[in-house]
Amino acid sequence: MYVSMRKLIQLATVAFATLVAGASLAADKGLTFGMLMVGPYNDHGWSQSHYEGGQYVEKKMPGSKMIYIDKVNPADRPGLTIPMVVDDLVEKGATVIVGNSDDMKDGMREAAQMHPDIKFIHISGDDVLTGKAPANLSNLMGRMVYGKMMSGYVAALSSKTGKIGYLGPLINEETRRLAVASYLGARYAWTEVLKKPLADLKFQVSWIGFWFNIPGVTADPTQVARNFFDTGYDVVLSGIDTVEATTVAEQMRKEGADVYSVPQDYIGSCETAPASCLGVPYYNWGPDYVKLFSAMQTGNWKPTWTWSGPDWTDINNPDSSAIGFVKGSALNAENAASLDQFIQGLGDGSISLFSGPLNLQDGSVYLKAGETASDKQIWYLEQLLEGMDGASK
Amino acid sequence: MRMQGLKRHLFEIGLILGMVVLFTTLLLSLVGASPLEAFSHLFAGSLGSWAKFSRVLNVWIPLTLCSIGLLYAFRTGLWNIGVEGQVVMGAIGATAVLRLGLEASHPLFYLLAALLMGMAFAALWALFAGWLKVRGGVHEIFAGLGLNFVAMGFVLWVIFGPWKRDGIASMSGTQPFPLELWFPSLPGWRVSPFALGLTLAIILLTAWVLYRSRIGLNLDAVGRNPRAVRLFGLSPSRYMLLAIMVSGALAGLAGGLQVTGIYHRLIPSISSGYGYLGLLVVMLANFRLAPVPFIALFFAALNVGSIQLPMMMQLDSSLAGVIQGACVLSALLVFGLRTLRKRGPSDE
Repeated sequence: MYVSMRKLIQLATVAFATLVAGASLAADKGLTFGMLMVGPYNDHGWSQSHYEGGQYVEKKMPGSKMIYIDKVNPADRPGLTIPMVVDDLVEKGATVIVGNSDDMKDGMREAAQMHPDIKFIHISGDDVLTGKAPANLSNLMGRMVYGKMMSGYVAALSSKTGKIGYLGPLINEETRRLAVASYLGARYAWTEVLKKPLADLKFQVSWIGFWFNIPGVTADPTQVARNFFDTGYDVVLSGIDTVEATTVAEQMRKEGADVYSVPQDYIGSCETAPASCLGVPYYNWGPDYVKLFSAMQTGNWKPTWTWSGPDWTDINNPDSSAIGFVKGSALNAENAASLDQFIQGLGDGSISLFSGPLNLQDGSVYLKAGETASDKQIWYLEQLLEGMDGASK
Repeated sequence: MRMQGLKRHLFEIGLILGMVVLFTTLLLSLVGASPLEAFSHLFAGSLGSWAKFSRVLNVWIPLTLCSIGLLYAFRTGLWNIGVEGQVVMGAIGATAVLRLGLEASHPLFYLLAALLMGMAFAALWALFAGWLKVRGGVHEIFAGLGLNFVAMGFVLWVIFGPWKRDGIASMSGTQPFPLELWFPSLPGWRVSPFALGLTLAIILLTAWVLYRSRIGLNLDAVGRNPRAVRLFGLSPSRYMLLAIMVSGALAGLAGGLQVTGIYHRLIPSISSGYGYLGLLVVMLANFRLAPVPFIALFFAALNVGSIQLPMMMQLDSSLAGVIQGACVLSALLVFGLRTLRKRGPSDE
């Protein structure tokens, strides 16, 4: 009697354990992640780089599934807020949510507080650094400063007038940081490689007011880019999410103007502008997504602030490098070879551009001679640098 | 007579809906998507759960307020197309007060004051359009449209100028307000019960004012024949100004609620287009109060549900806008037919 009862209990225990194991196995199989993109998923820029990062995860993590929603901004989707759309993704089974815009900072934090069981990854944010992040929110960003240095480098090498335009989005720490990195790359090429006087290099930043064109709200990036080219700037670096500068440059080159552009963010941005695109620095989000999602699945989630850099052994390795650079067909062979050397120098540390002496735009000291900027000094850049034209705040 | 009017009205609504469904079905079939799936997503995405329905209510509240405000103006024969700018001005007024209450110890006072200030701001803004009409002879549609642009310019200026975030120049909006300055909600609710209750109260109050009170009667008389009412000692321009101010105040309330209850900050597109959408609601309602809350609910549900299309079916996200556009076009078409029939000799 007793024996059979014990057996029964044993059996039940085994059955229960199997059930639990089975259930957790099923959960392991089907990671559903939500992706909130601020722009269209096919914008040839910022949002598309995330979209393809999500596709990379689907490929590398069997059984995983992306649910995405694009144009998550109040101009494109009136009435929509981040917590709302997160509610929806959670209802559809998402256990981790990626929000790809600095504009979503407050909404992501609010949603994370509402859903403590769900993990959140806010791209480009710093809530973990500032201590504002709840335990289920992490930050991820790529060290695009390197990509922008390369952009500035090829821009200065290719410029004939020495006037480089920077099509900036809105002004904040991130966008100042990237504009400054571009300037440092351009300055290095101009003074150290071409051996020209610094006074002959003009670097103008024009901000449009948001990450992409919102008609009636922002300045029109097409107009700003065209205005650059019309006033003697022969290379325009894009700092916005979309590719207006590249489109304008290609069109003007077809009309006979000697102009170039350097887009950013998305690996394929140069494809539509073979005649004028010098190259594109891009984000490769896939590997870092896989890392963060895997940590979550194995129970090793921690709120982290990740600033992921290039894999210097091969910056275009799709499985290991967070930042890459694709040379455009408009970049001549000599400059392309020069860029390779520059990249090598950045990689082995022989070229360090965030090093003093450097002054901020108002003339105050940013880095003393011999001083190299810390991550935080680069991340929280409060002004543009001396020698750059354009508003700092 | 009344039954017939109701029947005709229902028939028109059915016709509009039928045309929208037909058009959308055709379009979806054209791009190779299943219309049935799309409609079921629209439905489930708006009314499928309490969480979703509460989001619909979040759209319904400002949309209904704008629509009801418009009813007052329409009563006196005014097209208050400036409603969009009045929502924006209401939001600016509310934000101005909330900014004062940042460090305050009694946030609820500032929340209520913000709504009142929003209403006052918007009422004055509307009064300006009304004043241009009755004193300057400027048609209120032109005045309203012009003022909408000015309001838009104004909100961009405050966001990019005096109210910009520290060290940041962005069109994405002002610094969000702290939690204390959000309209409180119940656990599990995504909609403020206060805003909901207020809107319902305003619907009832409006029903009484427009259909039972002396003021409502006078407004109606002004709208029907402004010259004749003078004989009764009523000043048409005074009633027009009153009506457009109430219209503006309700739009301003919508704007204030967008700031305090939805976005918790001021953004350029704070009005979410609810003002213009409200015009459509009122036209669909045949300028009567009773259908307004229901039509507004339908529009709100469509707004909220349409987000499912890109999410679940990878339909290009602009398709949602196409559906809404189809609504507008069908409505215009049906109203055009109605006017044509009225003009026809066989009518009456």
